[in-house]
Parts: sequence; structure tokens; C-alpha cells
Amino acid sequence: MSKKIGVYICTGCGIEDVMDIDVLEEAADDNGAKVCQTNSFLCGSEGVEMIQKDLDEAGIDTVVIAACSGRVNHDVFNFGSDKIVERANIREQVAWVHEADEPDDDEENHTALHAADVITMAITKVKDMKLVEPYQAENVSKTILIVGGGMAGLTATLEAAKAGYQTVLVEKEANLGGWLNKLHKLTPLGAPYTGLVDPDVDARVKELEEHPNVTIHTAAKIKKTIGAPGMFDVVIAAGNEIIERAGAVILASGATPVAAEKLSHLGYGQHKNVITHLELEAMAKNGKITRPSDRQEVKKIAFIQCAGSRDQERLPYCSASCCIDSLKQAIYLSELHPEAMVYIFYKDIRASGVYEHFYKEAQAAGTVFIKGDITSMNEASDTTLTLEAEDIVLGGKAGLDEVDLVVLATGMVPTTAYGTVANAEADDASDGEEEAPQDAIVASDILNLDYRQGSELPTLKYGFPDSHFICFPYETRRTGIYATGSVRAPMDMAKAVTDATGAALKAIQCVEATAAGAACHPRSGDLSYPEINLKRCTQCKRCTEECPFGAINEDEKTNPLMNPTRCRRCGTCMGACPERVISFKNYSVTMIGKMIKEIEMPEEDEEKPRILILACENDAVPALDMAGINRLKYNPWVRVISVRCLGSLNLVWIADAMGMGYDGILLIGCKHGEDYQCHFMKGSELAEIRLSKVSETLDRLGLESERVRTVEVNIMDYMEIPKILDDFAEELEELGPNPMKDFA
Amino acid sequence: MENKSILVVGGGISGITAAVEAAEVGCQVFLVEKNAYLGGKVTQINEYFPKMCPPNCGLEINFQRIKKNPKITVLTLAEVENISGAAGNFDVNIKLNPRYVQDQCTACQECVEVCTTERANDFNFGVDNTKAIYLPHPFAFPMKYVVDIDAFKGNEAAELAAACKHDLIDLEMEATTMKVNVGAIIWATGWSSYDIKNLSNYGGGRFENAISNIMMERLAAITGPTGGKILRPSDDGEPQNIAFVQCAGSRDEHHQKACSSVCCMATLKQVNYIRKQYPDAKITIYFMDIRAMGKHEDYYQQVLEKNVKLIKGKPSEIKEDATSKNLLVLSEDQFTQEIATLEYDLLVLATGMEPATAADNIPVEFKYDVDGFAINGVTTPGIYAAGCTRKPGDVASSVQDATAAVLKAIQSTTGRGGEHE
Repeated sequence: MSKKIGVYICTGCGIEDVMDIDVLEEAADDNGAKVCQTNSFLCGSEGVEMIQKDLDEAGIDTVVIAACSGRVNHDVFNFGSDKIVERANIREQVAWVHEADEPDDDEENHTALHAADVITMAITKVKDMKLVEPYQAENVSKTILIVGGGMAGLTATLEAAKAGYQTVLVEKEANLGGWLNKLHKLTPLGAPYTGLVDPDVDARVKELEEHPNVTIHTAAKIKKTIGAPGMFDVVIAAGNEIIERAGAVILASGATPVAAEKLSHLGYGQHKNVITHLELEAMAKNGKITRPSDRQEVKKIAFIQCAGSRDQERLPYCSASCCIDSLKQAIYLSELHPEAMVYIFYKDIRASGVYEHFYKEAQAAGTVFIKGDITSMNEASDTTLTLEAEDIVLGGKAGLDEVDLVVLATGMVPTTAYGTVANAEADDASDGEEEAPQDAIVASDILNLDYRQGSELPTLKYGFPDSHFICFPYETRRTGIYATGSVRAPMDMAKAVTDATGAALKAIQCVEATAAGAACHPRSGDLSYPEINLKRCTQCKRCTEECPFGAINEDEKTNPLMNPTRCRRCGTCMGACPERVISFKNYSVTMIGKMIKEIEMPEEDEEKPRILILACENDAVPALDMAGINRLKYNPWVRVISVRCLGSLNLVWIADAMGMGYDGILLIGCKHGEDYQCHFMKGSELAEIRLSKVSETLDRLGLESERVRTVEVNIMDYMEIPKILDDFAEELEELGPNPMKDFA
Repeated sequence: MENKSILVVGGGISGITAAVEAAEVGCQVFLVEKNAYLGGKVTQINEYFPKMCPPNCGLEINFQRIKKNPKITVLTLAEVENISGAAGNFDVNIKLNPRYVQDQCTACQECVEVCTTERANDFNFGVDNTKAIYLPHPFAFPMKYVVDIDAFKGNEAAELAAACKHDLIDLEMEATTMKVNVGAIIWATGWSSYDIKNLSNYGGGRFENAISNIMMERLAAITGPTGGKILRPSDDGEPQNIAFVQCAGSRDEHHQKACSSVCCMATLKQVNYIRKQYPDAKITIYFMDIRAMGKHEDYYQQVLEKNVKLIKGKPSEIKEDATSKNLLVLSEDQFTQEIATLEYDLLVLATGMEPATAADNIPVEFKYDVDGFAINGVTTPGIYAAGCTRKPGDVASSVQDATAAVLKAIQSTTGRGGEHE
């Protein structure tokens, strides 16, 4: 059944002052709109009522709003979920950025022609759009499975359980508690941030054990995590084999202290009385702190901060909690051994934020702080050490003799960092072309994901899971799996508690969204999802390799197996597919291809160039809008199509556009590389790689590859937009018209 | 019946996060913001450390999440007047201050072109002016104009009202009160930059070229008063010798006692702003400890390679040269054990975060720490402080904290039973 399309053109906000609206109405008619109406205040109640009337009385079921950007008045043009509404932006991206056409000049009416093309493209788009239906997975579970029973894992489990969700906690050791079992005291967990806290493992564990929503597996290892959000089947070896079905997973496997060999430069392993933080903790827990060499009481203790940390040769990063851990130990030493002298050698005391109060507390306890690196350490006798350090604050050297105990404040390594870097298996596609860079996936044997791209979470740096760690710290590269605590980033106990509570919320959100058939972050609530027409699939596997979220597995016949609940709806698979067999109900290769082809292409001698802009809707489109809002002016030759992510760029669009006679194509996407801003992590990078592959082909066809470019734009680059677009237009002018123009 | 809706007070990054995260679980959310726009402090920040990416990028995603989610009601120019009731059943009165422009505003800008009256631009801390009818900043969400009614003299206002062809300027608009009943409340009113006027030994805000770090953000931002060019306020000159003073009003018994946890990284980031514009400028940082926590250490190491002089010491006094308007900083350098007065043409006071609740308390019994940060769980169950209301933190910490607060709020509204499969 064909759609009954109504096109509603707003003439306000200066639109009709710069163009002949008749040209726009003609475009609507020519493209088969059943109704086309204009209004000078379309977003006002009269305008909206006019549209509603057509929906109610004229049988219109599909609406094109040719007016302002879809980024504004989002709530005004909402006619219910059974109506397709598309916004054709003729305000911010046409009327406000081009010069006014001369009235009654139908040769040089460039602004009107641009607006007409925007309408044509929008109509073409809605003709191809289908109403979305949520993906209903079967036997969806809302259970949250937590991996790791330390502070973060215990907290996440309890907090999710308290919110009414079934939880399953998997711990590899025989007892819950993780490092809590090995600690004498904890650093402060709340205001006033001055007192030491009892680890209270038994009470914490008991609360979980008694909670009706909690299932606990100890001495348990995850052999395999199969499936997808809403329907993970987690195979657990705990004596016998158990399979737990879960909707989302919280990874709280923690961190371990840096390896002993990274401490040998500080005498560890050479001098008996050099111990680590954790070894001191064990002694304190046993109630007696003595010199390991002769079990005598300690009178002089020296802490060395950043032991193996902030060190390019060892752990380059700061572990964020070792400073306050030493403060804690200095405080309890002053209580257990009031006569003992405690010295802390440090680079910076990183008692960040409210822990400043704790730093004060350690100072009040008589701790001596010396800023400087240790320059030498010698055994003065069998039982004591002599230390020498720089003393930056007082100048010169600080010598310390008769030291009974040296405590190394060691850093933490995430459990996800141990193992070989095992990337997705290399495929036979190695035909010399530039391949998509592989993610660093460390086979750390924790989740053992049954994902084609690898068995664990992709990492970013130092083995920590990759995420948009500033704005969206919980979102890993695997939907429905949320890393928390010290496996996510170095952090102290208080932070781990908050972090785990937040992770529990994210997991709950994921199971609820999945049950409703909706996407998780960042296209939260999106009901569309990719579908594969397997009949035409050639099993090239590009989709399975390029998906930034590892959503696509392989079935037993080596066909791609889509896991819609893992999908973030960026369309990277759709862009990757050379056979164009992947599509969404409301976004497809064909749809964008038709939009490219449906516009009126002027003849070569008309001297009206056409430049196709494929712009990422996340940053590039807002930047284009901002150029409009600031009334910056640029050439009217550009024709902008918004894409979900540049990763959804399919090369056939380039071929279509060049064949059609566009003089140039500009792909505008987000920054990629180490500090990437791409909302889908790899989309813009993949688009660039794909483009590099067509350059050669274009040259071979006698089409200069300079006609097709990518440019990185972020949302704040709007002042640059005119220059970017006009410089490109100028360069294209030098190249002359696309030679294919008159064949189209 | 238990009420599962949540009131979020404060529309900065913490409040926005709390609102969208709660709504995406299925809660009904009221998001109350006193400004005419959402985004709070992060909208005034030029770039985030360590990625040097624009806050408006992350905000854009969050605004899209809000726009698509019918469960969120955004109330700008709104303030909570009072709260009564208990967890699961709070009655809240919200005062909605007049915008003087109706919601149908199309942001067409015609009124601005007509308006001749100007006002100090509070978004840029009064350094420049906007018209009296204005968009708070270019990325303002919601994108609706607002009128500063106090700026008008004579009948300027009446003339302006005629400028809107849709007749949407309504100068008679009055504040109204809205009542909502919610199950839980998340208080996320954030922070204010510790006022440099309190630092009398540093010139007490009297020296034009001694600016706060948040002002530096405005100077570096393309949406700021200088269009993103860092210029010294006294003469719009290009600074060539800049110093940062860390812990200005922080870690100090006479001011904020705590460390604000972000100022070190903020300064390192601002070093990059300056280096980008002035490759040869001299840059000095007076510091106590550089607290570049966790993986931020990498960023610190990169900045150290950019020819930055570190002086370990907290200046005891700052004076101004009356002619050059340069700043004279008296401090010990603990690296050299020397006391010296050094001259700079621009000085950035890396001030910390003062909780907004220090001035505007949560209107119920609530406990606060020595610096005024709110302490959860002591009084009034069902109300949770989040983000910088609870403790100073960067964006990532605030997002984390706000997300956690949502779960606590949900727990307090749903009871503790196992109602999900």
C-alpha cells in the first residue's frame, strides 16, 4: 500500500523572504505528495492543527515537515507512533545559510532549488521508510549476572537485588569478598572522610546470602558467555556445570597488584624488610606488625609511594588509591604502634577531593611526608635499612637510617589486562587492501564471550575496557556488559561503591530496554534494528568484522548471525556490506541511494554544481545547524544527507553519486584515533578506510579521486563550516564539472 | 500506591544524567533547572580533559535522549520552593519564573535585531553584553529566547513586544507555581566557582588580569566574549607570560577545606589551550600536589613536555603593577628553596568548587560536611544528593554518581521486594 504523503512547508522564520515557495511546492507535487500546504507559522497551533486535520480527514499517513531542523520543535510535530514524520530542514541548512534569490528569476534561484531538493530527498526517504516494530527476543531474562565478588561486585549485586531484580553473583574464589578479605581496614567510605572503616566482609556477605533475589556461585568460573543482552546463557563451572540465563552482565573482576618483578628496583625480593601494601595489611589483620627479618617490633617505617607506578618502564598510570591506602596504614600504625615513626616518600600526595580531610588526619597522626624519589636503599644490618632520597621541599638529601620496614605502595593492574592479545581471527580477505584496524582484545579468561570478534571486552589502554570514559563511562564496546570498579579504571573503595551502584542501574536499564525491544545507549529507545537478507549474502564477513560492538556472530553455515539486542543501531554493518543486504526498516542503502538519485541534476552547461554531503547526524549535522543559527553563509550547491554514523556509509552511494553527476562528495564525520569522538567508536574511521579503497577505482574511471573527501568536524567547528564547504566547491570548480554529468 | 516518579533538581551534567538514566529505566521524571537552559557549568567549559573534546557533543546526545523520551518533563527557569511528605510520596512546589517569551518561540531572531537594550551576559560572567531578549548561549536547550525584564528602561520593552510577528513576547507573564507528587528526589544543583573575591591576599578579584579558571574557559571558548581568543582582560593584549595558581581557595583552612579534585587537570588542560594559541608563551604553575589521578597521569606527562615551569609553593601574596596591570606573585619555590616575586601578564587562579547548596540549601533537613557538601543517608530518606552537590568531582565522576543516585531513588520508590522476574 503506497503512502499518502503530506508535505507541509513553513514560510516563516525568513524562509519565504529568500526563495520562491512555488518552486518548493512543485517539488512536492512532482514527487507525488498527495497534499502540499504552506503556513507562515507551521509550528504554531494553527499549523499543527492544519496537519492534524489532513491526517484525520484527508487520509494522510506520512508527513514531511519542510521547516526548521529536527533538532528544534521536537515535541511539536508528533502525531503518534503510527505516523512517519520526516523533517526537511529548509531553515538552518538552506534559508539561513544562502543568499536570497532574486524574485522572479527562475534561472538563478539557487536557494529555492536547494530547498526543493531537500523536500525531494525527504519525500524519497519517507516513501522507502517503514514503521518500526520492536525486536521481540524470546525468553527474555531480566536477571543481572555479576562477575566478581569484591567490593564492586558485592555492591552491584546488592543494589540490583534491592531494586527488585534477580541477581546471580559469580566469584572465582571459595569465599566472597575479594580483596576485602585481605584488608585490615578500608579507607573512608563517607563523610567526614577521616575515619578508617572495618571491611565487615561477613556482614556484607550475610546480607547478600539472606537476600531472596540473590544467587551466589563461589569457586566458580565462567566457561562461556553465549548469547546477547536479554538472553545471555552463562556457562559456569562450579564443581558441576551450571547455566544461568541473564539479561545483562556486570564485570567487576577487579584488579591485582602490580607484579613483584616490577618492584625489584625498590629492593623488593632483595631485602626481607621491604614489603608491599598488601603484606602490611595482612600483618595488621593478624594483629601484629613486625620486621619480617626477625619478627621484632617496628619502630621506624617508610612508605614509598608510586612503587612501580607513574613509571614508563612499569605502570605508566597512577592507581588512584595508593596514596590514601598509605595514609590509612600510617594512621593505623600510629594507633597500633604509637611510638613508631612513619615516613612517606612521595611524588605528589593524591588524596584527591574530599580525601584532603584524610590527608590532614594522617598529618595529625604524626606522619612525616618527604617529597622525593628514593636514590638508594642499603641493608645497614641484618634487620634494618638505610634509605636516601631527594628532599624537594627542604632541599638536599633526606637520609633515613635504622628503618625497620619499607612498605611499597603498589599500583593495580586490571584483571582484563592479563592474557595474550587475541584479536578476531584474521580472515582470507587479506588481498592487500587496507583493513579495518583490529580491536585489542585480551584473552583474559574472564567472560569467555562467544563473540566472533573475541572473547573479552575490547580494551583502550593499559587493559582497561574501551568506553566514552568522560561522558558515558559505563558503556563498554559490548552492549549489556558493564564494567565497574577497579577493572574499569583505577579507583578507591568509596568510588567503587558508587561506580558499582551506577553499573547496576545501567544493567537494569539494559534488561528493561531489551525486554521492550528498544536500543540501549546512545540511540536509546530506537526500535529499529538491522535485518539481513541472507539469500543474497556472499559470506564475505565484513559485517561481522566491522561492527564496533561485536553484534554479529556466524551461524553453523557461516552466515552472519545478527544479535539485534547487542546492536547499537549505528548501521556500520549496512555500510560494510558490498551486497547491500543489510537494512533497517527506516534506514537502508537503497533509501539513501534513492535520495541521492532523485534530485534534479542540472546539465553541465547550467553551471550549477552539485555537491553531496553525507553528514553524521551526531556532530556534523548539529554543526551545520549551528552555522545556520549563526547566519553564516555558504554556497547553495551542497545537498546534505544525514546519516546515523559515517560508519553506515556504503560505497555504492559514492558510485551512485558520481554516476549521477555530482561534482564532489564530502563525508563529514567525527574525530577518530586515540581520542576518538565517534559516538559509535569506529564508524568514522571505517568510513575513511572504505573510502581509501574507492579512490583508486575512481582514478581508473577517469574521475579524479579528489572529488571525494572526508573531513572531521566536531559540533563546535560551525564557524569553519562555510570555509570547508566553499573551499571544496572552489577546488571542484577548478577540476571542472563531473564528466559523468551528461551521461546521467 | 507507590509513586515511581522522580524529581531531579538541577539541570547540569549530573541532573541531566540522572533524568535520562531514570527515564530510560521507565520512571517519570521532572527535571527542574533554575537557568533558562540545561547544561549548567559544562556548557561554559570549552573542552573536556583529557580528550580535548567539546562538552556540547556529549550534551547533544543527552538532549537527543531527552527529546525522544516522553517520560521527561523539563522545567527551566524553575526552582523548588518547598518539599513535604516522605520517601515514596513527596509533594513539591515548583516556582516557574517567567521567560516573557512563550514556548512557541521559533528562535527566528527578529526580535533581537529590533531590540536596542543590552544587558551584561552572565553566561560570560558579564564580560560582554547580549540584547535584553536573548538566547542564553548558541547551543541553548531549549532553543527559546528569554527576556531580561530588568534591563529595560522607559518603553523599550513595549516596543520590543511588537517585534515578534507571532506575538509571543509577553511582558505581563508572571511566575506560577506547579505542584508535583514524586516518589524520590535527586538533588544535583552542582557547584559555583569559589569566588576569587574571597581571596584578599590575591587581590580579592580586584586585579583585572587575575582571572578564575572558569573565566579562562570562557576566554578559550568560541562562544565566549573573545570568540575563543585568549586575551588579557585589561587591554585585550596577547598574554606572553602566564601563571596558574593551584588550590586558590582550596585545601585551605580559611576557605574550602577540601581539594576540588578537578583543578589540577583543568589547569593542565588550560596549558594546552594557551600552547595552541601562543606556542612561545611562558607558562608557570604554582602547585602543592599535581593530582592527575589514574590514567590522567598520561595527560600530565604530555603537558610536562610542553615547556611548562612548575613551582612548588602556594603564593602568599599577589600584587598588581598599577601601570602595566601585570601581576606580581610572591611565593616560595620549594624546589629551589628561594622566595621570589615574579611578574606575569596573566594570572589564572585555579579556584575550586563550592557546592551550590552552600547558598541554596535543600529545603528539608539535610546534613552537610565542613565545606557544605551534602551527606546522603543521614536525614530524609528518599532524597539523594548527587554529583558536585555530594562531593567535588569531574564530569565522569558526576555521571557515575548521578547514575548511582538513580538506583537509590528507584529503590526508595519501589520498595524492596522481588517484583521483577
